[in-house]
Formats: sequence, structure tokens, C-alpha cells
Amino acid sequence: MSKGMRKYFKKKIFWFIITFVAAVILNFLLPRLMPGDPVNAIVGKNVSPGASPEQVQEQIAFYQHQFGLDKSIFGQFFDFVVNAFKGTFGVSYSQYPRTVADIIGSGIWWTLALQIPAILVGWLLGNLLGAVAAYRRGIWDKVLMPVSLFMSAIPAFGAAVILLVIFAVNLGWAPVNGAYDPGMIPAFNWNFISSVISHYQLPFWSIVLISIGGQAVGMRSMSIYELNADYVKYSRFLGIKDGKIVRYVFRNAMLPQVTGLAMSIGSSVGGALVAETIFSYPGLGTAMYNAIVSSDYPVISACTLIITLMVLIASFMLDIIYAFIDPRVKAAQFD
Amino acid sequence: MKNTLKNVFHSPRFLVGFIIFMVILLTVLIYPYFVTRDPLLSLGKGFLAPGTYLSVYDANNAPTYRMELPEAAINRLESAIPTEDRQVMLDFLKVKGADVSGVSTANDSLDDLLALWKANYDEADVKASKYQGFSTQAQRNKLRRLNTSILASEQASAMSLSKGEGDAVAVSDTDYIKVNEVANAVSLPLGTDNFGRDTLTELVKATGVSLIIGLIAGTVATLLGLVVGLLAGYVGGIVDDILMFIANLFTVIPGFVLLILIYYSVGQAARGITTCALVIGFTSWVWTARSVRSQVISLRNRDHVNLSKLSGHSLFRIVLTDILPYIASYVVMAFILQVSSGILAEAQLSLLGLGPKTTDVPTLGLMMNWAKLFGAYTSSNAWWAYFPVIGVIALISFSLNLMNTGLDQVFNPALRD
Repeated sequence: MSKGMRKYFKKKIFWFIITFVAAVILNFLLPRLMPGDPVNAIVGKNVSPGASPEQVQEQIAFYQHQFGLDKSIFGQFFDFVVNAFKGTFGVSYSQYPRTVADIIGSGIWWTLALQIPAILVGWLLGNLLGAVAAYRRGIWDKVLMPVSLFMSAIPAFGAAVILLVIFAVNLGWAPVNGAYDPGMIPAFNWNFISSVISHYQLPFWSIVLISIGGQAVGMRSMSIYELNADYVKYSRFLGIKDGKIVRYVFRNAMLPQVTGLAMSIGSSVGGALVAETIFSYPGLGTAMYNAIVSSDYPVISACTLIITLMVLIASFMLDIIYAFIDPRVKAAQFD
Repeated sequence: MKNTLKNVFHSPRFLVGFIIFMVILLTVLIYPYFVTRDPLLSLGKGFLAPGTYLSVYDANNAPTYRMELPEAAINRLESAIPTEDRQVMLDFLKVKGADVSGVSTANDSLDDLLALWKANYDEADVKASKYQGFSTQAQRNKLRRLNTSILASEQASAMSLSKGEGDAVAVSDTDYIKVNEVANAVSLPLGTDNFGRDTLTELVKATGVSLIIGLIAGTVATLLGLVVGLLAGYVGGIVDDILMFIANLFTVIPGFVLLILIYYSVGQAARGITTCALVIGFTSWVWTARSVRSQVISLRNRDHVNLSKLSGHSLFRIVLTDILPYIASYVVMAFILQVSSGILAEAQLSLLGLGPKTTDVPTLGLMMNWAKLFGAYTSSNAWWAYFPVIGVIALISFSLNLMNTGLDQVFNPALRD
């Protein structure tokens, strides 16, 4: 490892840590700025109608102690960090006495299993279409590009709603909401798995459909840019075979697309919010939405922490990978 | 400048996008002069399907004209006997043993179907339940009712209606009224939403409000991004580090989440249209700042900039005269994209119920939210309450994206086809 490279990595790691710490503090602080007292809401739900004011006060004090809300903001932050290290993230306010880790644990697998395959499939199909459109031109380009451009203009929730209405409500090919038949108990048998698969289709395709358009447009313009580059003309003069040139061209055009892929996987949990609410999919997006509605700070903090970590790691990995694969970054950063 | 504009308008993509956007904008501006009704006025109850609605009372009092349409009888029959009933008739004829080849439930074979029916239907046989598959009382009643309704719609029956103050007047099947002579006729091309509001009028108003939101959000985001990008790129050093650190924070905590959190912190009362737009702008400046910064970095060591520095020009002047003109085209493109993503952000926020809290004006997102809350997707199946909204959002972003790629091709020769 050269000296320049070491310096580059040191600088990256330094900013990674600083950003992480600041993000953790913000993740803790922002939800707590939200109006609405969560303890009052819980007590209001649980206290019997005839309770005396003293009893209500006692209840409030009990829950405040349970949640550590009687401590100063610094004490609360200390608890937050300790709980994060323990992996429990504390107790949920709205679903007391469930722990935050439990709520997140039940949601995150649904979200990841939905988002990551959908993003990958959409990315692959979109890039393929974009590359073909750039290389073949002609009718492919003339028809495909306006269609892709229009597809990428349809908002994510719009595509989800249209799919929902056509395939679930009118044609009845797929269930309207949820991740599996509500009458079923999760188990590893064929009935349950087929129910999960049929519930999976619509949210999956709504995400794929949206990402295809954007990726195709991006890949096409990158490919055209590269196809017009000097090295391509020079290679042609040298008589290098077309197939070989095209391989170079698309490898170079892929670079920014890889960034896009990593960032969209990093932000997949955050992006899950809309599709999940429309299909009532029991993932992290739905959990976060419910937490926001009921001022459930620990759940919100934990969700945003997960999103933050995923995005941070994705962008950090990109910086590292780029330093190795892109000679331009190498030249710019290591000198 | 003139030449640049000419180039821009020669780009077919930009032109198409510009025209679509202008059509939307002009509709928003002109429509209120034709339909002066308050867009949030409730006309009825619940979802009404698109169509023209005539007041029955006023229709009775409208002057009548005599007209003899040759297809009037068959039209009446077609609407009186729905497809399910035709299927029952076919089933009955099959059981009866009639030759039903070439006869279907389609409109154009209704004549044949009726002829067959009249030839084969026998009240006495039905009563005696001679037919297989029509043995229960309910099924026999169904057949009898069907026969009665066929006879009734075929005879040009005279109805008597009370006109005005109680004196009954006969109405014959050759009487017609003119739609625009009915005192109260409402044309609802897109029906009504769950509150009974005229969806088209509401949609036009909502489009206008959403465009304003996009404009405010786009302006705020572009200005913030421009200032941060210029400072970070041109000044460099510690200023660059700090500004990029803040930008990183905004990337790491995804804009959407940040938006929801800030938005909730602002409180319900303050969540108007402007706040919504400002918050969206405040959370989406980051990528503009990054791109401006990287362009400024490549510009800051050009000869003309160095010359200005040597001449002792102020930082403000150098940025304004030596750097801004070079990135101006880029800033315009970024602004267009920011407007489009601002409109989208509002729609997403509102769909989740986190949009502007207002009862004075509709926005595209609020219309989506209402459609969702009142079951337009599922139970009511009222496509007119949400599909046009999605269409308008898609058209706005499509036109803005087209304009953007058109500009890109004009200003970035490497991308030209």
C-alpha cells in the first residue's frame, strides 16, 4: 500500500467515524423534538375510567421511569447508546413491553427480501435495455427511450397503486395486502410459502418497474458518452474488433451505474416506506410509519439508525472499491 | 443568449417537454375563468362516476322535441337487458332445445336472441317446471320477470309524469329534451371524489398548488445547493471539509426520513403549503451542492480565474463573473430536476398522511391520500379519483425530465446523438 493510499484511507475512515457519531446524535435527537407526549398516550389507553388523579400521576411516573424519560437528555442519550450496544434498542413506547429489537427483527427480513431482489432485477434489466438502446440505436432507441423516460416519471406510489388496482382488485390475480394469508401461521410448508409468493408479486414488480426506466435512461446516456469518447475512435483506427471495444465501453459506462446500485441498496430500507404502506407489507417501512404516527421514539431512532448505517457503509464501500477500480479516482486522490 | 435559446428550442426533446409543460400550466391558469366554482365545493355525496348529470325535475319541465330514431327501440332493449340476463336467456333456449348457433350475448345478435325467445317461451311450460336447470321457484320467477321486462321495453309504453303543479302529462317514447335547455345539468368529466367534489376542478387547482410547491422547493434547494457548492468548491480547505461533512450527514440520513422528522417537529398547526415546500427544499439541496462543487473545482484553476485573482478582484466578483456563467446551464438543469422532485416529494409525503395540513386548497398528494383513505382503490373502485392524479404527476415529471435531457444534449456536446 502506497503512502498516498494510506493517507486516503485514513482520511476516509476519519470522516466515516465523525459522520457516524453525528448521525447517531441526530437520530437520537430529531425524533425527540417531535410534539406529542408518548407516555400520556399510553396512560390514556391503559388507565381505567374511574382512576383518581393520583393514580394517573402514579401511572405516568411509572412509565416515565420504565422508559427512562425521568432522566436528563444526556442520561437518556447514554441509555440509548448502551441499549444500542446491547442490541435491544430499549422498549417500544407504543407496543410496550415489546422491545424495539423484536419489532425491527420481525420487519427487516420482509423488507430486505422484498427490496434487494427487486432492486437487483430492476437494475439488471434497466442497464441491459439502456446498453442495447445506446448500441443498436434506430428503432430500439426511438421507441424504448421515450417509454423509459415516461416510466421513470411515474411516481413509485403511482405504479404501486396501478398494479394494485389492475391485478389485485379487478383481475383478482394477487392478494390486496399483507405478506401472507392472515389466517395462516408462519411455517415452513408449501401452503405458507405459496401464500408468501403470491403476496410478494405486486410489491416486487412495482419496485422493478420503476427502477427499470431510470436505470435505462442513465445507462443509455453514459454509453453514448463513452461510445463518442476518443479512446473508442482510436481503438477503431487500430483495428480492434468491435466486440472488444464494446466490452470496454460498457465496463466504463457501468461505473456510475454501480454507484447507483450501491446507493439504492443502501437506502432500500428508507425507500420501502411508500410501497410497503400501499400494500400493507409488514416490513420495516410499515413499522417506521406506525412508530412515527404514535411518537414511538425508540423505534424511530432504531429504524433511522439502521438506514443511516446501511447508507454509510454502502458509500464507504464505494469509496474503497472506487479507489481500486477507477484509475481516475486513483490519480486524483493518491497524489 | 439569443443563439443559445434558438439552439435549445431546436432540440426536439426540449420542445416536446416544453409544450407538455406549457399545456399543463395554461390549463391551470385559464381553467378557473371557465369554471368559477370553488374547487373544494361539495356537490354530492361520495364517488359519482364521470358523466353528465341532469336534474330529473328540470328535465321534466324542459321543452320536448319529437324525434324518431330508427334504433331507439333496440337501444332501449340493450340497456334494459344486461349481459347476465342474456346469458340466462341463452341457457334457457339451450335447455328448450332451440338452435342457438350464431346467437350470442353481444349487442348485434340481440335481435335474433329476442326472436328465438319469443318463439320458444311458453308461460305454461315454465309454470309446470318442465325444464332441467330451471326447476326451483326462484329460477322460474327469474324467467318470468325477464319475459315481462322484455315485453315492457319492447312496447313503446307511455308514461305519465306530473309536470309543474300536479297536472299529469303523457310522455311518449319519441319525446326528447335538449341537454342545455335543462336548467340544472352538471357535466363531471372526471366524476366526483369521496367528498362529492368535482374531481376535474379539484385536480386543476391541485396541479396549480403542487406546481407552486415544486417551484418553492426547487428554488430553495437550488439556491442552497449553489451557495454551498460554490463556497465549498472555490474556497476549499476547512470550509470545504465542514460543508461536505454537513452534506454527508444529509445523505446518510435519507432525505425522506429527515423530511418526515423535521416535518413532525414543526407541529401540526404550522404545516401549511409553504412550510411543506420549504422543508422539502431544505432537505434536497445536497446533490446540487455536490455537483456544483465538483464543477467549480475543475474551474477554479483556469487561467481567466487566476487572472482575476491577480487583478485583486473580490471573491464575490470572481464567483459571479468568472465561475457562475460557466455553470449556469448546469444550474438551470438542476433547478428543473429539483422542481420535479419537489412535486414528487410532496405527493409521497401527503400519501403517507404527512403532507400539508390544510383544508383550504387541495394538492396532488392530498388527493391521492383522500383516495386511499376512502377506499377509491379497493372498495369503491373509483378510478377517476386517483388515476388522473397519477397521470398528471407523471406528465409533469415527464415533461420536466424531457426538458432536462434536451438541455443536456444542447449544452453537453458529448451526449449529442
